[in-house]
Amino acid sequence: MLAEHSGGTVSDSTRELLGKAAELAGGLGGTAQVAVLGPADLAGQLGGAATVLWMDHPALAGYVPQAYEVALAHLLAERSPRLLLLSNATVGLDLGAALAVLWDAPMAAYATRLAVEDGVPVATCQVLGGKALAEVELPGDRGIATVVAGSFPASPPGTGTAPEVVAVPPPPGLDGVATRLRRVIEPEAGDVDITAADVLVSVGRGIGSKDDIEIVAELADALGAALSASRPVTDNGWLPKTRQVGKSGLKVKPRAYLAFGISGAPEHLEGMRDAELIIACNTDASAPIFDVAHYGTTADLFDLVPALTERLNG
Amino acid sequence: MRIVVPLKTVPDLVEEIEFTPDGAGIDTEYLTFVLSEWDDQALEEALLVREAAGGQVVAVGLDGDPEIGQVLYTAIAKGADAAVRIAGQAGSARARSALLAAYLRRNPADLIVTGVQTVDDLDGQLAPMLAARLGLPHAGVVTGVEPGDGSVTVRQEFSGGRSQELELPLPAVIGVQAARQAPRYAPISKIRQVMAAGGIEDAAADAGEAGEGPLVRRMYAPERTTRAQMLEGGADAVAGQIVELLAARGLVKG
Repeated sequence: MLAEHSGGTVSDSTRELLGKAAELAGGLGGTAQVAVLGPADLAGQLGGAATVLWMDHPALAGYVPQAYEVALAHLLAERSPRLLLLSNATVGLDLGAALAVLWDAPMAAYATRLAVEDGVPVATCQVLGGKALAEVELPGDRGIATVVAGSFPASPPGTGTAPEVVAVPPPPGLDGVATRLRRVIEPEAGDVDITAADVLVSVGRGIGSKDDIEIVAELADALGAALSASRPVTDNGWLPKTRQVGKSGLKVKPRAYLAFGISGAPEHLEGMRDAELIIACNTDASAPIFDVAHYGTTADLFDLVPALTERLNG
Repeated sequence: MRIVVPLKTVPDLVEEIEFTPDGAGIDTEYLTFVLSEWDDQALEEALLVREAAGGQVVAVGLDGDPEIGQVLYTAIAKGADAAVRIAGQAGSARARSALLAAYLRRNPADLIVTGVQTVDDLDGQLAPMLAARLGLPHAGVVTGVEPGDGSVTVRQEFSGGRSQELELPLPAVIGVQAARQAPRYAPISKIRQVMAAGGIEDAAADAGEAGEGPLVRRMYAPERTTRAQMLEGGADAVAGQIVELLAARGLVKG
């Protein structure tokens, strides 16, 4: 597996992969090895793995897809693992499919479950916006799985014995990497912090237009809640990116989460499923949002939202 | 700059998904197919890059994809300079990437822009596969592409609101998460006009061996163990119940 890290800390998704990697390695009769690329000394945070394969090179100072790809392709050729695990977030989305071609390995994307059955890795993958699961085998002598965040429990930092660190010399290909990391941009501050709100009123594609966001904003005001959104709303520029809940946005855990016109794509559910109370409104009774919501309604949001605001203001 | 934008249709998820009797796939017979939303964003970003840097935008699709003709005509109506329908069918991203790579080897592009993912790319995403086949640099989860001199600078997003700027030498492959502005709209009248004029080019591509993907054992609907309790009644009655649920937790002001 690949360790993702920034600022000297391994990511949550990497900690979620650690325990699973060790379990799968046990099932396959092998060991869990973690690739650490770049200058960071992360072995202390990777307890549970048997080995850290550490490679450093100036091209690996930050995350550059091309450099990571060259480095990992080298490690895969040299180590011939049975299975490579990556996150199903930006880094894994860049590298998994590219390595599936370069290393000629079958890949299972969007994995939420992984097991070894009769010596073969089996992945359960979430597709079609969470409306279908596909159970797939990765037969042969190699395979790649990219794992959806939150699928496995994270190993707490500092657990397990520290792995052995093996320094791997960088391949010459890294000298030829022409992609440049220009700058890293930290999250914008200044807008409402939706991760700090007790109550979130969240709006999705079902709202249909920027102008209609106003009725949901009025409800948020009436409730003293913050207004948040799913990805299509921020992609369309109807609300700022700082309001986005989900994989490419923010993870929230409010006391109550009211979802209007949100179908509940896996990427969205990832960011809000831990809310204490989830109430969802969507005219599609089969929308995946109802699988995580505690209460649901198929009422039309254009009827329900004003009715709620009126009751609260009344 | 020649910008090629691979487009793909996917099942419209507003509809109910049915599975094939053997349980190994989805039954597409009664499904409506629409342009993948990320590809729609990619087309918009490609048009913005052309407006800034000049050149041409070529939308490409596989003729085996349902409704691809409509999608390609719509792309022209939105401003694409040309549209190409490549002969072939692809049941996986791996096979699709092999066909598109074969087309691109014969018809090279400076920039290839497509959606970062689709809702059905179970065996991996197109952009990195295409880049790997063509030996090109790539980046995904991109929310903006700025053309430069022999390069592009892209904004790549990570979870938690972090992002970074990468400069990639051309040619390069970009997987778009979102365009800098909402995808433009083409009026039906304009699309009809474009369709009447024709103008989709046909191309052949010899994919060769695509390589092995995962073996699908079965596809099925997720179990609904924690299904929401549905609130009954009209909008006003439902509103009353929701206010009570919130009030019981002390979450209603005043």
